[in-house]
Amino acid sequence: MSDILVSEQSAPGADGSGRPSGRLLEVEDLRVEFRTRDGVAKVINGVTYHVEAGETLAVLGESGSGKSVTAQTIMGILDTPPGFVTNGQVRFHGKDMLKMSAEERRRIRGEGIAMIFQDSLSALNPVFTVGFQIAEQFRIRRGMSRADAKKRAVEMLDQVKIPNAKGRYSNYPHQFSGGMRQRAMIAMSLALDPEVLIADEPTTALDVTVQAQIMDLLGELQRERQMGMILITHDLGVVADVADRIAVMYAGRIVEEADVFELYRKPAHPYTLGLLNSIPRMDERGQELRTIKGLPPNLMNIPPGCPFNPRCPMAQPVCREKVPPLLQVGAGRASACHFAEELVNRD
Amino acid sequence: MGRYLLRRLLQLVPVFIGTTFLIYWLVWSVPGDPFAGKCGERRCPQQYVDFMTDKYQLDQSIFVQYATYMKNLFQGDFGQTFGGRSINDIIMTSYPNTLKLAVVALLIEAVIGLGAGVLTGLRRNGFLDNLVLVSTLFLLALPIFVIAFVLQWLLGVKWGIVTPTVSSEMRITELLVPGFVLGSASMAYIARVARTSIAENRRADYVRTAIAKGLPMRRVVGVHLLRNSLIPVVTLLGTDLGALMGGAIVTEGIFGINGIGRQVYRAIVTKESATVVSIVVVLVLVYLLMNLLVDLLYAALDPRIRYE
Amino acid sequence: MSDPSTASIVSTPRAEQPTETVSPVGAPQGDRKEKPRGLLGDAWLDLRRKPLFWISALFILLFLLMAAFPQLFTSGDAVNGSLDRSLGKPSGDAWFGYDFQGRDVYARVIYGARASIVVSVLSVLGTLLVGGAMGVIAGYRGGWVDAVLSRVADVFFGLPFVLGAIVILTTFNGSGTSNSQWKIMGLVTVSLIVLSWPVVMRLMRSSVLSTKEADYIVAARALGAGTGRIVLKHLLPNCLAPLLVYGTIMVGSFIGAEATLSFLGVGLKSPVVSWGIMISESQSFIRVSPSLLFFPSLFLVLAVLSFVMLGEAVREALDPKLR
Repeated sequence: MSDILVSEQSAPGADGSGRPSGRLLEVEDLRVEFRTRDGVAKVINGVTYHVEAGETLAVLGESGSGKSVTAQTIMGILDTPPGFVTNGQVRFHGKDMLKMSAEERRRIRGEGIAMIFQDSLSALNPVFTVGFQIAEQFRIRRGMSRADAKKRAVEMLDQVKIPNAKGRYSNYPHQFSGGMRQRAMIAMSLALDPEVLIADEPTTALDVTVQAQIMDLLGELQRERQMGMILITHDLGVVADVADRIAVMYAGRIVEEADVFELYRKPAHPYTLGLLNSIPRMDERGQELRTIKGLPPNLMNIPPGCPFNPRCPMAQPVCREKVPPLLQVGAGRASACHFAEELVNRD
Repeated sequence: MGRYLLRRLLQLVPVFIGTTFLIYWLVWSVPGDPFAGKCGERRCPQQYVDFMTDKYQLDQSIFVQYATYMKNLFQGDFGQTFGGRSINDIIMTSYPNTLKLAVVALLIEAVIGLGAGVLTGLRRNGFLDNLVLVSTLFLLALPIFVIAFVLQWLLGVKWGIVTPTVSSEMRITELLVPGFVLGSASMAYIARVARTSIAENRRADYVRTAIAKGLPMRRVVGVHLLRNSLIPVVTLLGTDLGALMGGAIVTEGIFGINGIGRQVYRAIVTKESATVVSIVVVLVLVYLLMNLLVDLLYAALDPRIRYE
Repeated sequence: MSDPSTASIVSTPRAEQPTETVSPVGAPQGDRKEKPRGLLGDAWLDLRRKPLFWISALFILLFLLMAAFPQLFTSGDAVNGSLDRSLGKPSGDAWFGYDFQGRDVYARVIYGARASIVVSVLSVLGTLLVGGAMGVIAGYRGGWVDAVLSRVADVFFGLPFVLGAIVILTTFNGSGTSNSQWKIMGLVTVSLIVLSWPVVMRLMRSSVLSTKEADYIVAARALGAGTGRIVLKHLLPNCLAPLLVYGTIMVGSFIGAEATLSFLGVGLKSPVVSWGIMISESQSFIRVSPSLLFFPSLFLVLAVLSFVMLGEAVREALDPKLR
């Protein structure tokens, strides 16, 4: 039994190159709406993005921009009702998951695509030990014996640098600190060695110092295992060190997608520009923070034209009439703004 | 844990004394002349009055009487009826019958109530859900004696499926209908609590996590969801065993079961004060201890609760 | 949830905190255009759409009318009968037939509403008043006052409901003769109150405890508002909704409890007309004339259900989580 364990453990590194090249996970023209008593909220309105092996895609947006709902749709954990997928595809290794049987999808969860949640306290089951919840996957999905599963679970806890992993195995979630709990959550999501990891605001609930540690750990594990990672966040600061590409979402759409350096250097969408400007900077101390005026649109009643136009400082009449499509604006970057070229070409 | 247990036990003492003293006072002291109506229409012979006064210390204050009673009680002596019969005997013969009835009721509650609650909690707004909601409303709203009568008349008299009353052998099959009647309200309550609890927890984050881990639905529901949702239900069931025995008066009367409820009712009507007090003491004690047990059970089921 | 079937399970502690949190429903994000409705307005909108609410309200109105003006519903004599009609079958003269003593069952069922409803409504008012006051005092004063009151409540809570009522009623009702109708009704009312107030007290106490530390109460106290004013102006309105719901449901369960006690022969007694007495009397004739059991039970069930359903409907409307 132990050789199997060893071979499995060494699998990611050895296998990483052997994975099918190209698009590992693709989301295409996804549309999701929430049907509630008070009306239909169009939460996702044609989202397209992809992530490849060994790459980190950061999905950035305010709360309500649809970034988490997209992730839930990929995982197949969207609450239905009220949430309904009305259009689009979610392809994993080229196969549309939305058309798969429930059983097929289940097998992908954990092993193909795994997820880390924001609030580790409520995301972990309060009445089972942390160890049990990790070992459970080895027992149910890999058919291991209790003893072997426990051994592997302790190894996982060790990998995410939880001190005294063996002792912590039998602690309950509420006995962990926030940072340790998020580490345990990471250990749990990586247990089955997934090809894609979706991290939904993994550090939002944590202290700033702990945030950095967790992000470092995630980055390290992602490189080690050559996983594709989708990092969902509303915090531009978190993204910079870890992400390769960034997709910015607004009102259920991708408004800009770019290489992380390009995006920071020269945003091609006024919304991204606004986000970058609203980060407090040391060289601008004493000045008023520049914020984006107004509120995100009501998803039950999205304004015609560009959804950002009521808040946009550059808005022109055309913005109120035509929805700007997401178009290429240079190598490997795209923007959904009528004036994207002007933004990119200015100094 | 040990200290918590001790504290809870100490807390029980004043409640136990208070409740039993209240009953003792109501039964012995309030009616005034304890011999009124004891000897038919006539006054009781002086000899009898003297004997009884001496036996129950009626010339002493109520507190002395109560203290003496409690002292004897803790030596295992529940006293005697006015006729000289040992109350221990009465309790010994009738208590097992009530316990048996209560256990049958509890089992029926657990099986039907839990089953209905779990099924409807997982699948809300279907036909079954509405059926359960309406039928539990009826069970909760109807006084127990109406349910008892209707079932006794329908099943026992009209259709003749069961015997209308229970024989002294207390066969389990005979106890099914009385057990159902006794447990009906709690059964409905359990079904509703289980339903709400499951429906609430079904959307909980940890259930979502369990699904995201790729666990089969059977395990998500059977292990992660149920374990959490059933904590309030299990505690309810525990408290209920104590409550069921105290509530068995009506059921035992209608179905002719020689249990503790029937004994206490008979004792109240015939003014057997000593018997009334002793049976109430037993019922209160069982009820309080069951509540304590439930508290401890709660801690065992939910690791978040700590007792210091 | 209360214990609608008070008769059997009231001694079970079922402390369920009434939830009164307002959470935004509907769209996960984005502010709604319409003016946000208050909790009560929302609840009313919800209620108006429920047929169950209207049906139970209608029935309650009917029963209240029946209790106040029984003559409106029947011209029959509920108390006197003639033996030659004994156990007569339902007919045009007496829709529900005659009982053993030849009394008109329909008239009796109508007149029976009064005793049941008067007793239960008075008991509920008393229970809310006593329990509510105790709860406010215990919750607001805290400390040893709270400790003592809570233990006293525990003492009454520990008494099995039916058993406690029987003991109280037989003790104070003595020989059971020569007592006027009103005296017995008063006794039943008092014993229901004595055995039920701890439930309301606990409800109220936890409600007060949770609002006591709320910022606006602390602010009011800091601004120098007196205890009486804080309790009346701030604490009570907050606890009123759950109490109202509980009270409505309790009316239903008390109707059942009163009937149970009458049935056991310790509550109301003939010549008072009440559903419980009628059901109890029908026992001996159940094989010959099941309708004697059926009609009073039907009215009893309808009355209990109407109050319980009304309470449930209001509670569901007040609880955003259940929507």
